[in-house]
Order: sequence, then C-alpha cells, then structure tokens
Amino acid sequence: MKPFAYTRAETVEAAIAAEGALLAGGTNLLDLMKIGVAAPDRLVDISRLPLAGIEEVAGGLRIGAMARNADIARHPAVLARFPALAEALLSGASPQLRNAATAGGNVMQATRCSYFQDPASSCNRREPGSGCSAIGGQTRNHAVLGWTEGCIATHPSDMCVALAAYDAVVMIEGPGGRREAAMESFHPLPDAAGAGPAPLSPGEVITDIRLPDPGGMARNARYVKLRERTSFAFAIVSAAAALDLRDGRIAAARLALGGVAARPWRCRVAEQALVGQPATTESFARAAELAVQGARPSGDNAAKIELARRIAIRALSLAADGTPDRLAALPASVFAGENNG
Amino acid sequence: MADVINTQGHVRLGSNAGQGLTRRDGVLKVTGAATYAADNRPEGLLHAVTATATIARGRVTHLDVAAAEAHPGVVKLYTPDNVPPLAVSPDEKIHPFVWRMEALQSDRVRYAGQPIALVLAETLEAATEAARLLAPRYEAETPHVTLDDAEPFETTTTAFGRPADHSSGDIGKARATAARHVVAEVETVAQYHNAMEPHAIVARWTGDRLEIDTPNQAIGLARQTFAAFLGIEPAQILIRSPFLGGGFGSKAILYGGQLLAVLAARDTGRPVKLVLRRDQMYGPVGHRAPTRQRLRLDLDEDGRIAALQHDTLTMTSSFDHFLEGASNASHSLYATAALQTTHRGLRADIGTPGPMRAPGEAPGSAALEVAMDLAAQAAGLDPLAFRLRNHAETDPSNGMAFSSKALRECYAQAADLFGWADRPAEPRRMRQGQLLKGWGMGSAQFPCPMFTAAAHATLRADGSAVVETSAADMGQGAWTALAQIAADGLGLDIDRVEFRSGHSDLPDAGVAGGSGHTATAGTALFNAGADVVRRLVDLATGDPASPLFGAGNSGVTARGGRLHRNDDGRSEAYEDILARAGLDMLRGEGTGAREGQPTRAMFSHGAVFAEVLVDPDLGQIRVSRLVGAFAAGRIINPRLARSQLLGGMVWGIGFALQEEALHDARTGRFTNNDLAGYHIPVNADAPMIEALTVHEDDPFVNALGIKGVGEIGVTGTVGAIGNAVWHATGLRSQRFPIHPESLILSGESL
Repeated sequence: MKPFAYTRAETVEAAIAAEGALLAGGTNLLDLMKIGVAAPDRLVDISRLPLAGIEEVAGGLRIGAMARNADIARHPAVLARFPALAEALLSGASPQLRNAATAGGNVMQATRCSYFQDPASSCNRREPGSGCSAIGGQTRNHAVLGWTEGCIATHPSDMCVALAAYDAVVMIEGPGGRREAAMESFHPLPDAAGAGPAPLSPGEVITDIRLPDPGGMARNARYVKLRERTSFAFAIVSAAAALDLRDGRIAAARLALGGVAARPWRCRVAEQALVGQPATTESFARAAELAVQGARPSGDNAAKIELARRIAIRALSLAADGTPDRLAALPASVFAGENNG
Repeated sequence: MADVINTQGHVRLGSNAGQGLTRRDGVLKVTGAATYAADNRPEGLLHAVTATATIARGRVTHLDVAAAEAHPGVVKLYTPDNVPPLAVSPDEKIHPFVWRMEALQSDRVRYAGQPIALVLAETLEAATEAARLLAPRYEAETPHVTLDDAEPFETTTTAFGRPADHSSGDIGKARATAARHVVAEVETVAQYHNAMEPHAIVARWTGDRLEIDTPNQAIGLARQTFAAFLGIEPAQILIRSPFLGGGFGSKAILYGGQLLAVLAARDTGRPVKLVLRRDQMYGPVGHRAPTRQRLRLDLDEDGRIAALQHDTLTMTSSFDHFLEGASNASHSLYATAALQTTHRGLRADIGTPGPMRAPGEAPGSAALEVAMDLAAQAAGLDPLAFRLRNHAETDPSNGMAFSSKALRECYAQAADLFGWADRPAEPRRMRQGQLLKGWGMGSAQFPCPMFTAAAHATLRADGSAVVETSAADMGQGAWTALAQIAADGLGLDIDRVEFRSGHSDLPDAGVAGGSGHTATAGTALFNAGADVVRRLVDLATGDPASPLFGAGNSGVTARGGRLHRNDDGRSEAYEDILARAGLDMLRGEGTGAREGQPTRAMFSHGAVFAEVLVDPDLGQIRVSRLVGAFAAGRIINPRLARSQLLGGMVWGIGFALQEEALHDARTGRFTNNDLAGYHIPVNADAPMIEALTVHEDDPFVNALGIKGVGEIGVTGTVGAIGNAVWHATGLRSQRFPIHPESLILSGESL
C-alpha cells in the first residue's frame, strides 16, 4: 500500500486539527487501503480517544463513538430497552470484527459495492465523474430505493438500520463547532452525478450517538436479516421494526430497511399509516407496501423489492409478538430461537 | 476378510490401525507452533508480489516500470522484457498433471488475475505498492467467460484424459421399451478452492542447490516439474511441505508464480518469498468450472431405469484443457440397460480449471440425484425405494462386479438414524412452526484409485523404528493414519515409530488426491515395515541361539516389538535379534500401487439424508439435519475418517446453497473474490450433522482393504439438499446454489 504518516490523537480537538483519515477499529479502512481503494497520506488514530462509554441518559442512551460493537450489543441497557440494536449488531460481521469495530466506524463504513472496491472499475463514489460500472453488472447487492444513474450502491451496516429506526442522532464535532445529524439522513443519497456529498466535512469527528427514550416500544422491537450464510455475511435485505402497542392497537411505529439503499431506509410513511391500526398482518402488509413505494430495480435485482416488502412484514409481526426475554441464538436470523432446527 | 494381511503372514493390521487416535500434529497446529511455508523468514529475504491483469483478454501495452522501480525498497522488477529464461516454455505440457502456466512469457493476457509482472522488495508493503504503481495499460479484447458466450471446441477427452463420451447398451432399443421418462436440467456455477492457507513459496539457492518451502499435495511430481523447467536435476532440489492449510486439489499442481519466485531467487542471489493474496487465488491456481447438465432417465413400468443419458456442457481456459467430468458420475451408480454420457467443452477467457474436491463427481452427483428424485416421483416410488430398485449389482458401464459395495447397509443405517420411514411422499406436508420442512436423500459414490508410492522403514538397535515417505498432510490427518499403518507393518506400537514425511528427499508418496493417498502411501509403508520384519524373521529363524530357530519362515508373527512362534508361543524382542546379529539397524523398502488392470469396479459408497427448513416468505434455506452413512473399506482412523466425511458433507452444504464465484461478464473480472463475498459455510450453517461408517471388507481394492474418505462426503449431499428443498416447497431448483430469490419468483409465499 501507499506509504502513509501515522499520528495518534489524544483529544477530540487534536483529532479535528489533524488532517488525515480517521482510524478507529480499522476493520474497514485498512481493508480499503490494502486493495488500493483508500490511499490516505496520513492516518489519525482516534481509537484511544475517551469516547468508548455507553451511558443511560434520561431513558435514552449515549453511545460513545469508540464503543466496540461487541460491547454495545451486550450492554444491559441496550438489551433491555433497545433490543433491535443488539440483534442488528450481533447479526453483523464476525465476533473478531465486532470486538474491534467501533460505533463511529460502523456508521462511517464504506459500501461493499464490488465495483467501488475494484480500482479498475469506474465508480462515481470513489472517483467522482468516472461513471458507474455497477450498472449493467452484478447487482445482487445493489439498491432498489433512492438510487440514481450516478450510483446504485447500498450502505452495508446492520447497526445503522436499527439506529435509524430508534431515531438516533449522530453527534459531530468539527472545526466549525458541534452539530448533530439524524441517523436516518446522515448518509446522503446519490445525486444524478454520483454518490452525493460526503457525510462528514474535513476535520469533523463523530463523538457519540444518542438514542432517545424508546418509551412503550422497548419490548416490541426486532431486527430481521435475510442472508444465505448465518454469520459473516451482509444482508440481502433486512428490517428493523418497533411498535408501541396499546390494547392491540398501534400507538406508534418505527420501520427501517437495510440493504436496499445508500442509507438505512427509514419508512416514515409506512409508520404513519400504522398509527391507530390493529397490530395485524393485514396492517403490516399495507405498511410494507408503502415502505417499498417507489422502489425499482437497479439491475437484475427486482426480487429484492419483494423481499424487502416481505421482511418488513416479518419484522413488524415479530415486533408485535414482543421481544423475547433472552436474545435468541442466531441473532436476526429467520431461524432464530426454537426454529433453528 | 481376515485381519492378518498375508505379507508372508508375519504382520497383522489392527494393533494401531482402526483406532481413533488424535492427530500427531494437532498440538502444534492449535498452539501455532506448526510452521507453514509463509512462516519461513530466511536471512536476506526479499518479498515478491505479482501485479495481476485487470482485463481477461488482450495484451499489456504499457507498464510504468520507472515509477515502480523508483519506489523506496524495490530491489528488482520482472516483466516479459527481462524475466530470466526457463529451460522449457511454461506453455509446454510436459506431463499430464502439469498445467500450462504464466511465468511472464509474453505480454498476452488470457484471464483476469493473470500475473503480468513480479516485483521484489525489501518489504511486503514496498513490493505491494510498487506493483500498484505499474499502472498497466492494455489493448483489451472482448472477453468470454460464461457458458452462454464462450467458444465451443472439439474434444475427445475430459479431465485426466478420460473419454468425453461413453455408450453402453442400445439406448434406442431401451427407450422403445420404456413406459415414461423424465428430464432434469441442472446448472452448477464456478467454484474456487479457497483453502485457508494461501498459496505460498519461499525459494532459496545455495550454489546450484535449491531449497523450496511450499505447500504441495504431490511433492515428488513438484520436484520433477521444477527441475524440468529450471533445467537442473531433481536431486538438486529440496522441497519442504510439512503442513498444508488445506489444498482440495489446488495445491496438487504448480502455478507460474512458483517458477517466478525460484527464478527471482536465482537471479538476485537472495531468498524470495511469494504469498498470493486471497483475490490472486482466483485465476492461476485452478477452480471448478461451471456446468450445464441434462439428464434423461427412461423408466419401465416397474420403475426400473431402462436408459440413462447424462450430457454436460462445461468450459476450460483458452490455452489448456480440463473439462469437469460431471457426466461420468452416472457411469457406475445405478443399474440401467443402456447408458450414454457426453461432455462438450467451451473455451473461455478464464484461468484453467483443475481438480477441486470430487472433480466431476460433485456436480455430476448433484444433477444425477436431482434426476433420480424426479424419476422416483414419476415412478410413484419413495426416493429410497426407487434407488434400491435400481441398485446396481454390477457396474453398468463395463459389466464388472464390484470389489465390495455395502451401499444397501449405508441406506439402511442412515435412513434409520434419520427417521426416513416417516417421510410423507408428497411435498409441503411438514412444518416446524411457520417454517416449511422437507426431507431429501442422495446416494454417494467415489472411485478408489491408487497411485504410486514408495517408503522406507528402518528398525533401530533399541527396537524402535523410523519410517519415511513424502506424504502430504493437508489437514486430513494423513500423517496420523499413515503412521498407524506403518506401525502395524512393523509389528510395533505406534509410540515406538518415528514418522518422517513432508519433504522431497524422502521416498515419493505420490499425490494426496483422488482420495487415494492413504491406500497408496499406506500400502508402501506397510510393505516397508513388513520387509523389515521378513528380514528379522530370516535372522531369527536361521540363528540357533534364537528361541525362534527352526520355526520356519511362516510360523512366526510380529507384534508389540517381538517375533512370536506360532507353534509354542516363545518369542524374542527385535532389539535382541539385532544385537545378536551385530546389526545397529535393519532397513526395509516398500511400494504401493495397484498391479495390473482392475478386474473389479472399485468404489466407496454412501447414502446421505438431509432435512431443510425453508422460510415460506423469504425463501431462506437452512440445512437443519444431515445424516450420512458411508462404506469405504477398512477405516484406518475412525476419528479422522469421520472428520473427513463431515467436511465433505459441509462442502456439500456450501455447494448446494452458497458457493458461487461471480464474474462481471463485460470485463471477465471477479466481483466477489474474497472470503466476505464468496460464501462458504460457517459452523452455524451445520447445526446437526452425522457421518457413520459401515463395515466393509474389500479383498480386491488393495491388500489393506483401504478405499478412501476424502471426497465422497460431497457426493450425494448436494442432491439430497436440493431434493429436500423440493420436498419442503414443491419447487425444483434447476441451479446450485439455490438462492432465496429463486424460491420466491412466483410472487406468492411458499
């Protein structure tokens, strides 16, 4: 790989001042450097920043950007009040990677579009203006929502799908001070020319992620992930759902889809349609239709639209059934719990 | 079959063989003390990295050599313009098991991922960056990499030189008598071995002597091949291959990078290490090509197969020949009055395919077992009953009797353990919660080849022994099983036997492949030990001072380090016989090979039963139970054999549901050439899996009665899973792997 300078930031201020690519768990950036997709001149190691805490704040949660995926997934407050986040985290990557990967890094991870990962291919996301080789290629992992001719990549994170459903807010510090961004719109959608603007400006650092009080949804929340391999595989499609049920009717609903767009796809129209409805399969089916409204194949991937619709119904149905007291084996799998054979 | 092997009757098999010993190298491996090839760091080492082509067909027109050479730490850079010559062109086919290689012989690009330059540097990082800085430019031509657009060519052979076509019986006549027929069309996809350990070589010259550390499945042949291409004598070369982190066929054959590393080491006078990246293992080191298969089974009124036709379309590279012999899987498993099999080949802009665990048998069995299920359905018979009705008493391709065939017992034991008798005939009859549940089965079969091996055994003055042969342990446990056989050959406890293997100065043990290594190398070792014992018996029975004097040459048995008279039981220790004879050692030699033309059909057999769960909405499939029973002759080490069989069955799960190498058809480049994108099963994908071995005595296959267990587990399993998916869903997938999308195409829930 290209030679690079390495510095370690001891404070957030130092990280902001240092000009370079931020290195946290290294589980994605180092891979990209090895395959020649990322070639930073300077790495700024932020893994020692004092941002690894996970704290309960007024019914909600504050997750430090350096908190490890494995630690978040096993945190008692996450398991008790944000179980879909635990399921999403545990369905991602492998134990080794979850021990290294951080919350901030998970948010910032790059698409696994194979054309993005191949420097010999054209990619507007990697090299603006160069075109998109994915269109007309192998598109099973590509978007069916929110894509353009400029870019059809998907965001690969499981965690962010659950975070989007939980109304999470990404806290950012930068040269211009602090700002916050809703998880559901943190990642830009592509525009006609390409991937759209970068989610962070130069010098900006994610410090933590805040989740508001889930209220009545705490024990009616699930994450479901479709994939052929039970571990270490990205979602073909996935869904996070949470419901606030009052006497069998839906007082509030949350739904987000994964594997379908360049961001975790929050389905607010579907959520609205569920409010006041009975928690039945029919209600969920109508909501799921709304969730995939406007979806269109970006290649030979039309089946993903139908799968996204169906996994939305599944996640809502499972959420309505209630979160199991103990996290099931095979987290987020359709074969989780007693169905695993 | 008797437990005493009649090598003049002195030694018996079973004191050590037959026991489930743990691996001799297990502790080394789990503690990280085992030294794999890439772990070697000789002083003065240079790191080599190949630049690889990003087009699949065309010519390299420019490399920025200046930029690469200017990179700090770069020592030397090789392109077709300056690569040192080989004694023989790497495009020469010097042996049937030597593939045509890329060693920078021209600017021509024949497949994506082909090496086009080699960089040597003081560090791996510098070499990697310099390879990137070469920034190749090309004159690209339109590539053809799929079964749909590759170029047909005429061929009369498939892999290993076997005939492309076979016909026995009168298929026209047989069809005229048939009551009905079924047609199955099945596609399988390109698969890559993906051994955990990447291909690696460390090469070092000392004068005109060459030392090579590289994982290899056929060390003797590798040494000859290196010698031929380098124009030196095999005796000048030492290859060490003590541990292989998996091979599956991909380390049986040399590739161009190994030649380049050796050339570079000679040219620079420094040791050179080349380790392929995972993505670089997609192309130059072989793979299993995709197949498109069509089977037609004609059935008579009673559900007997009157005619079986199996046609395969597959592809090889543009420059060498290896056609996956899938149709051959139909030759010898089921009885049929008429048999016709064909293979047609395409030339594509891909690396040359090669043997990959159960080459031919794996995709062929997958399609055959799907066809058998369709035929059972057409005949109105349970799939197991249908297979029993068509049980072959002789090999239908040549009429030979089987050397042994305990397939009926395999069916019975596996079906019983699985609970097959409770299977409803109709699909979609079983549920587990909301999930659809289905049961399917397949028969397993794999041939029992023997190659050629040699071994030495040396009895030492203290009564212990050392045995030597250059066998390859690629994780299957060969060194443990072979040591067990060697100990029995010597009539010694295994703890008294030192086993030396894994380098080329030892007698050649042949290839660890074709599931024939234990049989071949084991026979050589056993014979070497028996040779030592025969010499000991001669010494003792001819010596008036020995209690064995006059016992006669066949009245003596060796066991536990002593020779025993068969008549009165008196005995004498090996070390005493040696001491009295004034010998500090006694040496024996043995070979292993099958003599003459076989007069029997020789196969391992098995039966595999699969249960799958299918999500009716999302189409996701899970193999919830897998039960196999296998008859594979004498089992030398039940613990290791079970592991091998389980491994094969897990491979079958990957074949049926996961493994698929994806090309972009426009460029010929891969889009999933890493372990994140190319899926092989994880532990969570195989929750309940069991492999039984069924007792089988085979007096014909070889003197030890050993067949082989390395590959048979793949066969039967893929079809069983596909058939179980049908039983769960009512849908017949015409393609492996079966993706969820293919099950929900109808738009309805299942």
